[in-house]
Amino acid sequence: MSKKIVIEPVTRVEGHGKVTIHLDDQGNVAQSRLHIVEFRGFERFVQGRPYWEAPVLVERLCGICPVSHHLAAAKAVDVIAGAGTGDGLTPTAEKIRRLMHYGQMFQSHTLHFFHLASPDLLFGYDAPPEQRNVIGVALANRELATQAVLMRKYGQEVIAATAGKKIHGTGAIPGGVNKSLTIEERDTLLKGRAPLNADKMIAWSQGALAFFKDYYKKNKAFIDGFSQFPSNHLSLVRKDGALDLYHGVLRAVDAAGKKILNDVDYQDYLSHLREEVRSWSYMKFPFLKILGKEKGWYRVGPLARLNTADFIPTPLAQKEFEAFKAVTGGKPNNMCMHTHWARLIEVLHSAEVIRDLLLDSDITGTDLVTKGKWQPVGVGVIEAPRGTLMHHYRVNEDDLITMANLIVSTTHNNEPMNRAVNCVAKAMMTGQKEITEPMMNAVEVAIRAYDPCLSCATHAYGQMPLEVSLYDATGKLISQRRK
Amino acid sequence: MASFVKFTINGKTCLAEEGAQLVEAAKENGIYIPTLCNYPGIPPKGSCRICTVLVNGIGQTACTTKVVEGMTVQTSTPELEEFRKSVIEILFAEGNHLCPSCEKSGSCELQALAYRYRVTVPHFPYLFPKRDVEAWHPKLVKDHNRCIQCKRCIRGIRNGKGQALFAFGKRGDKVVINIDPETSRDISDALAQEAMDMCPVGAILRKEKGFDVPIGKRKFDRQPIGSDIQA
Ligand code: SF4
Repeated sequence: MSKKIVIEPVTRVEGHGKVTIHLDDQGNVAQSRLHIVEFRGFERFVQGRPYWEAPVLVERLCGICPVSHHLAAAKAVDVIAGAGTGDGLTPTAEKIRRLMHYGQMFQSHTLHFFHLASPDLLFGYDAPPEQRNVIGVALANRELATQAVLMRKYGQEVIAATAGKKIHGTGAIPGGVNKSLTIEERDTLLKGRAPLNADKMIAWSQGALAFFKDYYKKNKAFIDGFSQFPSNHLSLVRKDGALDLYHGVLRAVDAAGKKILNDVDYQDYLSHLREEVRSWSYMKFPFLKILGKEKGWYRVGPLARLNTADFIPTPLAQKEFEAFKAVTGGKPNNMCMHTHWARLIEVLHSAEVIRDLLLDSDITGTDLVTKGKWQPVGVGVIEAPRGTLMHHYRVNEDDLITMANLIVSTTHNNEPMNRAVNCVAKAMMTGQKEITEPMMNAVEVAIRAYDPCLSCATHAYGQMPLEVSLYDATGKLISQRRK
Repeated sequence: MASFVKFTINGKTCLAEEGAQLVEAAKENGIYIPTLCNYPGIPPKGSCRICTVLVNGIGQTACTTKVVEGMTVQTSTPELEEFRKSVIEILFAEGNHLCPSCEKSGSCELQALAYRYRVTVPHFPYLFPKRDVEAWHPKLVKDHNRCIQCKRCIRGIRNGKGQALFAFGKRGDKVVINIDPETSRDISDALAQEAMDMCPVGAILRKEKGFDVPIGKRKFDRQPIGSDIQA
């Protein structure tokens, strides 16, 4: 008799995910699925609204990375306002937006790694849930936990200085920004209130990387082997191939490193990407047109970015990048848990970029907005913490939005996350008759490597109830376990 | 020479020019009476009722009341405060006010009053009316979702020939304030800005002008409404 196992809700993944694992008569895993059950509706809400509202309206999609949505939408409406794609802004506007974005990357990655993922690393996914949370981290490693909290705070301060407030600000407007930094704001971030200053953030980011690398040395088999599978990788890269989280061209490489999307203009993303709808999930499955539905799926996010980029344009992060690349002999890295390593390299890179931007005199400039010839369509793409984020708007001649298409990082990663869950299920459930706590946790660990915010919903972490239900082939509930 | 009259507000003896508008006279004497449809320099209408006070014990709108010798005024009794809060709540419930993405947020008088009166959730059911955004005009947008029909724009905004730019359409609960295509043709940017500024809410917007004032610099960011007159 085949069985169906349901893991619901998934904890420390924001929002609500549900995993079903189907066993065959022999108790082997026949199929696993990650169901995304939320429906957000923002593409509909924004219709009929003036286009300049989009950056402020759609950022409400998320409480962790609103800046990414704010800026992706702003980049799209820049095009509509005739300010061009990325390079049309004034130097001050471009740099303020970059500062906002790298501040966002810094705080969100810190949250993702320390608050959401590090408990699994520190204590193992078979540790009791009372310990396997951020409070447990704080009790076990006070210094690390304190730094994590303060690093996140620093990133939030950068956002507040550029967007007006820490969450859901208004800094980016069509064709530019509504403020630059005052000298005082700049100095506070650069060398202000100890211990929060730009150099300290760089030093602490290096400390976080050292922590991970030390862990890796001791747990190589787990970090390398856990839920690893080959895939394509997609991200923006700067025109010269450098890692760029704010702007660039779209590049994809396959599992062996061959370029399958060669630095194309993202205004044209529809010629290269398609989305598939599957009956059992609200979330679509994007794929590269050139490779088709079966083979064209890809990963996005920190791991993908370090696989597509040729180099990192800040010295300390570049050194770490070289060490990271050496593990796979320069080839793409397909090991799921290495995403955390890549994430920490981006934390360091973000800290370096923040410091460099603060030292740039344009950051306090006064030339804030450019406008040009109105266009009816605009696409904005940005590298959000969890990966490539696409916003696409069409407006009528009255400036009201008639169509919006948002492809968020989680959607790009839909197929990889399903594969990751399947990998874990196969490794841990084959030949097992009962679902164990470590098994359920391992599924969450795999998802969390990609994404802690399935629905981009409200913030919640810690101990959420976990429910496991067991169904037989006819759909009858035969057993249920709660914690 | 103007003659002054003596009257009391909340028991405090006040002085004002005879015939002065009660809202203004109270302000001169350091007492805040909230208003929404009233706007300095244009004839008062008394339509929003939020400035209702007790004059010699009887409820009256302060914007349409002139001070006279010996008048006793109560601006703040528990009933009046409750009544005002209800007026604010009704205005929220009968329109579609999504402050988080509104251009006027931070500079909106309705929102500022809601903060002052600590409105969290209206006690009245939301009506969620189906309303349009009127965006055909090259310089202006009229978002009917946010219009509170205070008529400030009808009364206060005129073109070079003295003609009103805004006019009523429809009746009863369907009433809308529209942009007049004839009189609003060829308006200057300055007049469009004046219309946006005169609107107490985010119902009249200048095209592409949303969110250009950063958070922290908006009208009520540092100074909550009425706090310049009375805490
Ligand atoms: S008009 Fe005022 S109350 Fe209405 S949505 Fe805008 S800010 Fe909020």
